[in-house]
Amino acid sequence: MTESTKPITGAQSLVHSLEAVGADVVFGIPGGAILPAYDPLFDSTAVRHVLVRHEQGAGHAAEGYAQATGRVGVCMATSGPGATNLVTPIADAYMDSVPVVAITGQVPSASIGTDAFQEADICGITLPITKHNFLVKDPAEIPRTIQEAFHIALTGRPGPVLVDLPKDVLQAETRFSWPPAMDLPGYRPVLKPHGKQIREAARLIAEARRPVLYVGGGVLKAHASVELRRLAELTGIPVVTTLMARGAFPDSHRQHLGMPGMHGTVSAVSALQKADLIVALGARFDDRVTGKLSSFAPHALVVHADIDPAEISKNRMADVPIVGDCKEVITQLAAAVQAEYDAGHRADLTGWWTQLDSWRATYPLGYEEPADGSLAPQYVIERLGAIAGPEALYVAGVGQHQMWAAQFIQYEHPYTWLNSGGAGTMGYAIPAAMGAKMGRPEATVWAIDGDGCFQMTNQELATCTLEGIPIKVAVINNGNLGMVRQWQNLFYSERYSQTDLGTHKHRIPDFVKLADALGCVGIRVESKEDVDGAIEKAMAIEDQTVVVDFIVGQDAQVWPMVPAGTSNDEIMAARGVRPVWDEVEG
Amino acid sequence: MSTTHTLSVLVENKPGVLARVSGLFSRRGFNIESLAVGPTEHHDVSRITLRVDCELHDLDQIEKQIHKLVNVLRVTELEPGDSLERELCLIKVTAPPSRRAELMSLGDVFGARVADLSADALVFELVGTPDEIDSFEELVRPHGVKELVRTGRIGLARAGRSGSRPRQHVFR
Repeated sequence: MTESTKPITGAQSLVHSLEAVGADVVFGIPGGAILPAYDPLFDSTAVRHVLVRHEQGAGHAAEGYAQATGRVGVCMATSGPGATNLVTPIADAYMDSVPVVAITGQVPSASIGTDAFQEADICGITLPITKHNFLVKDPAEIPRTIQEAFHIALTGRPGPVLVDLPKDVLQAETRFSWPPAMDLPGYRPVLKPHGKQIREAARLIAEARRPVLYVGGGVLKAHASVELRRLAELTGIPVVTTLMARGAFPDSHRQHLGMPGMHGTVSAVSALQKADLIVALGARFDDRVTGKLSSFAPHALVVHADIDPAEISKNRMADVPIVGDCKEVITQLAAAVQAEYDAGHRADLTGWWTQLDSWRATYPLGYEEPADGSLAPQYVIERLGAIAGPEALYVAGVGQHQMWAAQFIQYEHPYTWLNSGGAGTMGYAIPAAMGAKMGRPEATVWAIDGDGCFQMTNQELATCTLEGIPIKVAVINNGNLGMVRQWQNLFYSERYSQTDLGTHKHRIPDFVKLADALGCVGIRVESKEDVDGAIEKAMAIEDQTVVVDFIVGQDAQVWPMVPAGTSNDEIMAARGVRPVWDEVEG
Repeated sequence: MSTTHTLSVLVENKPGVLARVSGLFSRRGFNIESLAVGPTEHHDVSRITLRVDCELHDLDQIEKQIHKLVNVLRVTELEPGDSLERELCLIKVTAPPSRRAELMSLGDVFGARVADLSADALVFELVGTPDEIDSFEELVRPHGVKELVRTGRIGLARAGRSGSRPRQHVFR
């Protein structure tokens, strides 16, 4: 136990607490109300502060750090606008269940509620987008609050926690004592699944003739990839991994059908539609996966395992609900299924696999070379994945490039694919890649960004350069807000309202010059034959951030596609190509 | 089928907890019919009694979402047969001297107390089940209700019941 012998300030207590809880990096920007905290932080050797250029960058960096390492990411900002600039990444972390602790300065206690300079009710503002938040009123509460914040952020269903610290609380005298006793009588996440539910699920798994393992981000959060693979191989059941779960199961595995959902593979989408049993593991039946909910997987019984009881039967009624940590659930499921097999219960999946293999062979992922001779964005991303390899981390923004990166890169390991799934936050990639690189300095980290996304947060490349965090950036530059343009092409009579960014026409900004201005190496690629060379050149530069500006065609589209609000049965494998459904034998 | 349910929510007695609970309803698109909050037998625990009109599936979702709040200790549904529900109502009625006697005998029938009296009005105080209060309100309305306030219902499991039983989420 650590106890301070002489009085210290609340700010010192905060820094001691961060050190004691194991935070090794904080992304942030100082300002008036948080200033007291920055003084002792200046002296800390255990906690490194990374000075970002915008608080949104601090938040996404904390997310990237957390998603790459499985540890809590920390960001810090001052009161008022500093705190409100954290709102987007906090909302993002909430949607994707990312463990982040945000520490904000607040105006002095006596000024709260008076509309003081740089005052914002950040606890009120973030109430709906945090797992929990704290306004600390007594400096003696700082160690316990930090301990509780980290505990809540990381355990159960992870999520963001905000700690708001009034300036006078940071300045007041207090004593530091560690470890503090946590006082969370209402917080008891259920980790151990109920045996009866496990046995019932195992019985269904053993007798299902068209089962699918529907794997979501919860499997990664639970560090259950190894257990998942064991269950999959024991049962021979096909696996689909959602956008948040890419990497949880190797793409090269024969049983992997790829990603389900709006831009999923025909085989993954069809497998769910035609399944007689869906085993959902840490997934939440998001609308981007189910399409029109009422027609989603109409013949399937559902086993739904999640650590958050509120997810179960929220969108799709579960026939067998299982509340628990995915690692525990999957381990117990495997044992229970084995017991079913030992008792001679095991349905034959041969017919199902014949069907799945035929879909997979008929409708593989693919793309056409652009008719105008421009560079295909899918090709760029495919080559990037091939050259950088499965050990690299890939961090995407939001839009077409994100979908192509989810489709055309082979993910073999967990925590190698980071993106903003639930919130769909443009601008996520650059700061998140920076955070990921801080957490995994030995790894090659590629940000795959669109020219729209890149213009939202590229100022963090200055941070990367000055703080020595060398990431690599592939800007998939199609000159447009590509995904919006795709929808305008398909659903708004090709009326391209406000989607042309001018990044092609006027080359404003010139990303190579911009890279140079931010202390990075800038490379431009305009033709297919230069793609590999540029990627290899970027891979060879280890001490500097590299930005490769890939000028790609503006008309490339993301396929397959299930139009929003329609049934997954309406999936289009490619433009104008609707799969022909064979009757699935029961 | 949409019906009205009463939820009893035990929460830590901390600032902002009511906002967390009530905010959840608007955010998730659920409607609160009435809400009453007050202390319990433990000084650090408050009880929120909520009245919601929703379908059974939504109720399940509401309970789970409330339960996720870190400051919430327990969420239970008060089943009508197994619990007591009460409301307090104050009604200011026009009461010129000529009508006073009639109004006061009306109050007697319901056990309403006259809490205050002036030259031309009186204030009834009535504790009862929400139905009783509804009936009393109907009866005095023709006399001219000047102002009215109801607390929203509070509830407790009956004496013979072992407290409010948490709804089961694991088995459905």
